[in-house]
Amino acid sequence: MTLAPARSSVLPDRITTPTLRTFLRGVPSVDEVGASERVAALSTRSIKKESKRAALDLMIRMMDLTTLEGKDTPGKVVQMCAKAYRPDPTDASIPSVAAVCVYPNMVPYAVQATEGTGIYVASVATYFPSGLSDTKLKIEETKKVVADGADEVDMVIDRGAFLAGEYFKVFDEIRRTKEACGDAHLKVILETGELETLDNVRRASMLAMAAGGDFIKTSTGKVSPAATLPVTLVMLEAIRDFHDATGVQVGMKPAGGIRTSKDAMKYLLVLNETLGEAWMTPDWFRFGASSLLNDVLMQIRFQETGRYSSPDYFTKD
Amino acid sequence: MAITRIPDTSHEPLLWEYAASRESADIVSLDEKYGLFIDGELRAPKSRKYFPTINPASEEELAQVAEAGKADVDDAVASARTAYEDVWGPMAPAERAKYIFRIARMIQERSRELAVLETLDGGKPIKESRDVDLPLVAGHFFYYAGWADKLEYAFPGITPKPLGVAGQVIPWNFPMLMLAWKVAPALAAGNTVVLKPAETTPLTALVFAELTAEAGLPPGVLNVVTGAGGTGSLVVTHDDVDKVAFTGSTAVGKLIQSELAGTSKRLTLELGGKGAHVIFEDAPLDQAVEGVINGIFFNQGHVCCAGSRLFVEESIHDRFVDKLKRRLNTLRVGDPMDKNTDIGAINSRAQLEKIEELVDSGRSEGAEIFQPDCELPTSGFFFRPTLFTGVSQSHRIAQEEIFGPVLSILSFRTPEEAVEKANNTPYGLSAGIWTTKGSRILWMADRMKAGVVWANTFNKFDPSSPFGGYKESGFGREGGRHGLLAYMDLGET
Repeated sequence: MTLAPARSSVLPDRITTPTLRTFLRGVPSVDEVGASERVAALSTRSIKKESKRAALDLMIRMMDLTTLEGKDTPGKVVQMCAKAYRPDPTDASIPSVAAVCVYPNMVPYAVQATEGTGIYVASVATYFPSGLSDTKLKIEETKKVVADGADEVDMVIDRGAFLAGEYFKVFDEIRRTKEACGDAHLKVILETGELETLDNVRRASMLAMAAGGDFIKTSTGKVSPAATLPVTLVMLEAIRDFHDATGVQVGMKPAGGIRTSKDAMKYLLVLNETLGEAWMTPDWFRFGASSLLNDVLMQIRFQETGRYSSPDYFTKD
Repeated sequence: MAITRIPDTSHEPLLWEYAASRESADIVSLDEKYGLFIDGELRAPKSRKYFPTINPASEEELAQVAEAGKADVDDAVASARTAYEDVWGPMAPAERAKYIFRIARMIQERSRELAVLETLDGGKPIKESRDVDLPLVAGHFFYYAGWADKLEYAFPGITPKPLGVAGQVIPWNFPMLMLAWKVAPALAAGNTVVLKPAETTPLTALVFAELTAEAGLPPGVLNVVTGAGGTGSLVVTHDDVDKVAFTGSTAVGKLIQSELAGTSKRLTLELGGKGAHVIFEDAPLDQAVEGVINGIFFNQGHVCCAGSRLFVEESIHDRFVDKLKRRLNTLRVGDPMDKNTDIGAINSRAQLEKIEELVDSGRSEGAEIFQPDCELPTSGFFFRPTLFTGVSQSHRIAQEEIFGPVLSILSFRTPEEAVEKANNTPYGLSAGIWTTKGSRILWMADRMKAGVVWANTFNKFDPSSPFGGYKESGFGREGGRHGLLAYMDLGET
């Protein structure tokens, strides 16, 4: 897939660091206090009964169930894929998650374990999590995970280059990674915990979308803070502006640090009231999480029985 | 192989409706009939008259409330005078502070109950009375309790004295908060009070009065006389009242000022406003949208400092208005007791009719109206959040205070033009400036003729921060150290 022609409307024909700088300086600034107040206000929404159940179900269907540890093994990945397919073995009404997310080495095992389930396999790539390597090697890694069967690629941007103002380097890496993805779906990790300011988050979001990212994603999960509500709000607002300017819909993935369904509910509220219904689907929103799933299952069990079950009733894979 | 479809659009989006989440009204137990709070107890009015107070969201009657006549106001003022001479005036300031601190703590303890009652009687969303009004109410009592025994430090070199009996008349838009703004500094400075709450929202003041009795506040220090404008007039013109504080419309404020002319009474007025919100091209646009929404739709726009005029730099006008319209569509209008309601009920039928009349004038004068097509409840008083674009300075909706959820949008080209237009009103209560350029904030703030200027935010209140108007928005300050001045004699005569 090449750059969609519709996107040329936000960028000049000949893209260089100066033209990108001009483009990014046109991105509206962000007031940190205001952004925090907005998400705090949305967090006071009270979601009950059937609207809560619908949200809990959607959280599972939006989940990229993740394991990204140095100690990952094929056995661990295969077990996680089983969990991804049948999150609660005692309740067939519980949907499968959207995708599993693994390191490049684990892609073949994940592909095999999810065959025929409809669950996508996402792989991190581009020398995750730091991204500090040669562009050529990053592209090679991307091609490899796609060849191994990954449906989705989660790349990291070069934060150092972004902070140094080398916008073309960042842009070009995303664009070339997107080309290397072929038909696979590209999520661009901004690692917002290292960009630090919401102004940077908003500009990096625009850069990633203009360069061809299908999704923009907050974090690797390896840097603190990972996903936060204000950062997510600002990225969603950037997605809205990009959609207004180009007609191109881009997805969003907050990742890292979202451990409870109460937290996830706040993200859904921010999503629903910022981008609206069109994004309320796993096609356009994902949660990157490892421990969230069991908490959601516990909440669903509570909704159905009126009682909280012990964590021992939920599988740990 | 897993299925690959890029981008995958196979899933139906969820149309997420929020189920009703009603705050329970059970926490409030109301009497059928309320007397006047005079000399430390609720008593039947000598006038023998009562009037109903209703829930504006359902039009159901909540209780009957006494209408104080002349004899009742005389009793209340006499009680306040006696308490001032014999008890509250001579009391050691540190002892007065203890009572006010106790009242503050009891407000916190009963804040859920008071918030629910505020919403039932006034129509404001429960999330606002719960998260904004009541925390600020308690905050004001705590703040002024702290000043009570430190008054000579507030005004160094001077031994300040209380004024005596304060007659206070408050409006219906923030019944408890306006009570706190007036009662807390008055008591802290050593005055006693006769308070007249608004006709449509008397209940929280009466429950508060009972609360002060439970707190052991000596009888007569606080008196509450309910009624309409006639009762208010009896309070402010009473010969034995030393100080008058009024919050309400500019028309009534002018009347009070002329009535008090030639007397020795001290007067402070918090009147109407037509606040200007100025958005520059370099503003944080999405946060500015939230600020504008909060500025005009908070409390259904029943806010004297509401940002009811929006000036947008022409270069971003259309883009900003598009963002505002989209945001308007997400506002949840309806049952004020639902925790997810953003815009509740208009306070009264009379106010609803006033809003409708002004909106009609906006239409007929040629401004373009935008309203989301949200459903409104079938009973009660409700009005859709409303934007007018293409508004000119000469339109009534750009000049008159609407006191409802209606925003008039105008454009400007340069900072000088923004200042000129923003100040082109008889009012001068509030203004908001949105730009990332710090020097421009200072330049603008210097030139805005408004008592409060917010930069990159709006409707921020704190007990330690003074609030008040310029021009026909009134005089005197409430809040902060300045708020004490209205209730103290500094011996400057």
